[in-house]
Amino acid sequence: MKFMFIVKSAHVGPPPPQLMEAMHKLADREIKAGRMLDNGGLMPLATGAQVRIIDGRLSVLDGPFVEAKEVIGGYAVFELQGKEEALASATEFMQLHKDLFPGWEGTCELRAFAPTGP
Amino acid sequence: MRAADAHRAILAVWRIEQPRLITSLARMLRDVPLAEELAQDALLAALERWPATGVPEKPGAWLMATAKHRALDHLRRSRMLERKHEMIAWDMEEEEQTMPDLDSALDDDIGDELLRLIFTACHPLLSREARAALALRMICGLTTEEIARAFLLSDATIAQRIVRAKRTLSESGLAYETPRGEELAERLASVLEVVYLIFNEGYAAACGQDWLRPQLCAEALRMGRVLTSIAPHEPEAHGLLALMELNASRAAARTDAAGEPILLLDQNRALWDQLQIRRGMQALGRARELGGARGFYALQAAIIACHAEARAAGNTDWPRIAGFYAELAALVRSPIIELNRAVAVSMAEGPVAGLAIVDCLMREPALKSYHLLPSVRGDLLRKLGRCDEARASFEAAAALAGNKREHDLLKRRAAEAADAAMSS
Repeated sequence: MKFMFIVKSAHVGPPPPQLMEAMHKLADREIKAGRMLDNGGLMPLATGAQVRIIDGRLSVLDGPFVEAKEVIGGYAVFELQGKEEALASATEFMQLHKDLFPGWEGTCELRAFAPTGP
Repeated sequence: MRAADAHRAILAVWRIEQPRLITSLARMLRDVPLAEELAQDALLAALERWPATGVPEKPGAWLMATAKHRALDHLRRSRMLERKHEMIAWDMEEEEQTMPDLDSALDDDIGDELLRLIFTACHPLLSREARAALALRMICGLTTEEIARAFLLSDATIAQRIVRAKRTLSESGLAYETPRGEELAERLASVLEVVYLIFNEGYAAACGQDWLRPQLCAEALRMGRVLTSIAPHEPEAHGLLALMELNASRAAARTDAAGEPILLLDQNRALWDQLQIRRGMQALGRARELGGARGFYALQAAIIACHAEARAAGNTDWPRIAGFYAELAALVRSPIIELNRAVAVSMAEGPVAGLAIVDCLMREPALKSYHLLPSVRGDLLRKLGRCDEARASFEAAAALAGNKREHDLLKRRAAEAADAAMSS
């Protein structure tokens, strides 16, 4: 089963180097274990924009978006046996944040990919 | 948390931690079957303890510490406490003073150890079936029950297969090392063969009821990715990974809503997984860069790649596919490859050229009861308008078909050919 992990936080700014290093190692292990298929970090909101439809009207909003509370900072795509494995994997990832980024708060949301096909 | 949920959650943690656990133990004990047993003991301890205490913050470190205690106990109990063992025990007690933490766990590069473990689990001394069971257990961390369900066999059969395989490994006095030079090629072939066997077992069952059977494809892919990352200079490992990724990319398009198989040329190509195709093409490119374009797996991957690259069935480069089949047939003499070549040649040059190859194969004893031979022959005869002969071929094929779906399909084709013969 394929899962997407989406990491969200209200925190602004880059993570401490120790966390970056630990996350690299974890990603490296997960790629070598054949579980992680893809991953990436996202630049701050200011680099992006939103195209919205409200009341039937299209509008383009340039960043930054002041009302945004939690912002998506990165994602990863995994091929895993099931939700339990996804939970174990996400927990390990978040434990790194807990240990190496005191004060940081955020969410790692995991979602199964919709099956394709008939 | 219900007990069953806790159980599944623990198994999930176990699957992630298990390779590092078993490779570390194997390195200390120089004994793979024993390492596997002690790693299993640590799992049992977790299953006993964690439902009450909850999963610890650093489950990997917990499992490792527990497994090391077991290893120490084992060595102390062992009557054969030779000097060597004392040394190991001493080393381990030293190591025990410092509880391994998550950071150092991530620092461990277990690549070489894991490769050694894979070579041991897939040793040519063992039967293919035993290698498959052992690899799923030791590399993928599947339980005996999961392996049994995946292979549609009883728990007892798989348990016995694993016990025997481990005994064979223990008694053989194999050196726990990575093969080098000429031996490496032979040993690697033995590994790749097993990974491909596991993949095909899952692929054949892609429309099965039990998700664990198709899961074998994912496990084989996982092993293929592990192999290419820890043995990155082996072209055939990349070739096999390419073949598996490219085949798996069609999973969603292979069956219709009722579970009936859809032939490759009739599949909805929009359902092919483009991420997986890209990964497959990358692996094939890597195999070629390493000089492995003519390898057994790379050639098969190259054939599938021709299909993956064709936007519509009509755009398929059949002459190129026929060329790859000719190379494959020169590499391994196999009547089944020759039959596939006949199909490709018929698509490239027309049914007459294909039929000439098929007719030669009709004398092949190995294909005497292979239903696809008369099935392909019937198809070519039908295209040539030789409907009576086509009907007879489809009837013969139906009589040989092992599964009901294929049998029914061939009967329908026979009836259609009979109708066409009547009206001509």
